[in-house]
Amino acid sequence: MSTPSAPVAPPGPSLVLQDVSKSFGSVVALRSGSLELTPGSIHALIGENGAGKSTLVKIIAGLYRRDGGEFRLFGESVDFSSTAQSKAAGIAVIYQEPTLFPDLSVVENIFMGRQPLTRFGGIDRAAMREQTSAIFERLGVDIDPERVTEGLSIADQQIIEIAKAISLEARVLIMDEPTAALSGVEVERLFAVARSLRDEGRALLFISHRFDEVFSLCDTVTVMRDGSYVGSGPLAETSVEELVRQMVGRDVDELFPKLEARIGEEVLRVEHLTSTGLFHDISFSLRAGEILGLAGLVGAGRSEVARAIFGVDGYDSGTVSIQGARLASGSPAKAIARGIALVPEDRRKQGLVLDQGISRNIALSIRQRLSKWGLIWGRPENRAAQVWSSRLEVKAEALDTLTGTLSGGNQQKVVLAKWLATAPRVLIVDEPTRGIDVGTKSEVHRLLSTLAQQGVAILMISSELPEVLGMADRVLVMREGRLTGELSREEATPESVMRAATAGEAA
Amino acid sequence: MSTQTATPHLVQRTRRSPLARLFAARETGIALALLIVIVVATAQNPKFLFSPDGWRDLLLTPSIMLLIAVGSAIVIVTRNVDLSVGSVVGLSAYMTGRLFIDFPGIPIVLVFLAGLVFGGLLGLVNGVLVSWAKVPALVITLGTMYVYRGINITWTGSSRINASDLPHDFQALGTGSFLGIPYLTIISVLVMVVAGLYLRTRRSGRELYAIGSDPDAAHLYGLRVSRRVIGAFVTSGALAGLAGVVYTARYVTVASQAGNGWELQAIGAAVIGGVAISGGVGTVWGAAIGAYLLMTINRALPVVGINDFWQRAVVGLLIIGAIILDRVLAVRRAKALAALREESA
Repeated sequence: MSTPSAPVAPPGPSLVLQDVSKSFGSVVALRSGSLELTPGSIHALIGENGAGKSTLVKIIAGLYRRDGGEFRLFGESVDFSSTAQSKAAGIAVIYQEPTLFPDLSVVENIFMGRQPLTRFGGIDRAAMREQTSAIFERLGVDIDPERVTEGLSIADQQIIEIAKAISLEARVLIMDEPTAALSGVEVERLFAVARSLRDEGRALLFISHRFDEVFSLCDTVTVMRDGSYVGSGPLAETSVEELVRQMVGRDVDELFPKLEARIGEEVLRVEHLTSTGLFHDISFSLRAGEILGLAGLVGAGRSEVARAIFGVDGYDSGTVSIQGARLASGSPAKAIARGIALVPEDRRKQGLVLDQGISRNIALSIRQRLSKWGLIWGRPENRAAQVWSSRLEVKAEALDTLTGTLSGGNQQKVVLAKWLATAPRVLIVDEPTRGIDVGTKSEVHRLLSTLAQQGVAILMISSELPEVLGMADRVLVMREGRLTGELSREEATPESVMRAATAGEAA
Repeated sequence: MSTQTATPHLVQRTRRSPLARLFAARETGIALALLIVIVVATAQNPKFLFSPDGWRDLLLTPSIMLLIAVGSAIVIVTRNVDLSVGSVVGLSAYMTGRLFIDFPGIPIVLVFLAGLVFGGLLGLVNGVLVSWAKVPALVITLGTMYVYRGINITWTGSSRINASDLPHDFQALGTGSFLGIPYLTIISVLVMVVAGLYLRTRRSGRELYAIGSDPDAAHLYGLRVSRRVIGAFVTSGALAGLAGVVYTARYVTVASQAGNGWELQAIGAAVIGGVAISGGVGTVWGAAIGAYLLMTINRALPVVGINDFWQRAVVGLLIIGAIILDRVLAVRRAKALAALREESA
């Protein structure tokens, strides 16, 4: 490991990755990643979800060790086995979700593990406060250094991460989708800080899905697809269309076999749904046979709306009606009884009991129906599970295979099977294809499409634009807890959806 | 999410005067409760406070529990728990007696040192198992609690340490005092002050809070999580070992059940004193005052005419009350923050 101490960066690239690979068991997360960062430049890294960007970042951060390829920092070959090593070498990483200690003060969060000391070896709180104030002044932010970080907005938490990087004298700064949960003003503030860090001669890497941001902030770009490097070059010499083509590498329409479905009666009606601090005045309706896409950035409040409709969380005002009759709030049991099903965002934590087999998981939603005198036996469970797992083509050795050992795609099929077993009228799917392979992805899409044909009303939350555009009959867009757009299938284009999802003061 | 400055100014300016902070601190509330208990008990029976024995008991009885509660607080701050401390107290107490029997004339300082080192080693076993085997501390220390107690019973057999086995100087340490304050209390308070300063002013002390506040973030920070957690368990064990020596000095008779069940009282004391069971929050001062409150209530209940049977129930209610209070405050704070964000949006 190298810990260069020269204050002035040597000429040449700051950081070079070449043909870096990483696998987890049989799953290849990164096939061949390449990247070159230069001092005084902001480099964009773009690619679809699952393209390997995050794995690349984690290798740079020292969280993962690469299986193969070159990793050079300021000309020297490095191999980090811990985050402490990459930090010491001058790399700071800002993750999408800030990683702060909620119970500790802002100052302590910035200096944890390397606090300035007094002559007696104790922590010099005054010096810490002073340095923090100096950094905040430079960044032009007004955060009380003594308050605990719990309850700070994501934007302020990110500023603290940046303050951390500055106090570290980091020469390479990686920002992994830092703007995903920010408003326009907050994004502008972040960009101003990023530009001033660039002008000081640091190398920055900026990962984002928002093209307008990439073009306004960065000077060079690297595109990744399916775990591999696709290309890189100055942003001035390319266009959004060109980048999208490189990212997707195929036609959007081929992937998603959308079947024609007859759109029938209104099934679900949501009116003026509001939950303080999460979402406001959400109104929409959903018809039988319709696939309604719900697009927006991470943190826009889409999942929160779904959870409120399904009754996992309560809400402050507004109504949810199923076929004209009001649905009581705060009770998933009642929602299920009225025909709603929710396939949640995080299938490992919210969708499955990982320590139990496939049939137990599938039968969980219909255990009332399967039980006899209050007891459930294995046979009816297995019979019900058999039907659904063969219909969805769940690939596993046996019905009692633990769901924790299945691949992401098969896990998602089990979750879907669990809810389809309840014969829902309204199916809410939250990021239905996140983290599953391309083949299973189109299977899931075909399944959703078939369900719509059979008259199920589907609300599909998705952050993947091609998925939304390919599948939805109608697209709703949320931004910062509010509905900001409703687009017909014809009106919905990547540009129109992204505009509704991001258009803030910055646009 | 707001569109103005990200966080409202109302929340940002939380700096308050030292006096306001003192009144808002959890420790102040517990100290007040302790004071009330003492006042009520003394009103019922003036001897509770105003007699040489009453005064001595008031200071002396909680001082052993104080040592263990301080150790427990340090472990709980890292989002772990140490259930073995009661058994460590028992082992160390018996070892203290054996040292005086088997090595007549052994210097008392050496015996104290032996208690610390021995307890520290037992704590090391806990720490290593917890951080290397990646098994929750609850399970590991539940196991070592029984193992240590089993060793104690095997070692002690039917024999016990009696006053006649112990040198006079050592017994004098248990009964003597300086300026009206028992020696043993002075030892406990000194330990508490050192531990408190360590947690407050040392890098490694602050890292314990960081680890307990968010272990994953601590890992991302590159903190040496395993080393710190092991250190916390060694400290907890060493303090329990010290408490064992103090136990022998105070009670002069030691059987195989010494310290039985104390681990739960120590955890109770820490929780009552404001140490969050989920880690990251709390001070050893709070835990120490919690220990005093628990032990003093135990002595005060008979004085005010409440049946002994109720003692445990009262302790339980205190613990539940403390946790509910924390929860209510947390929910209220979260609501206020959400509402403020709303306003500024």
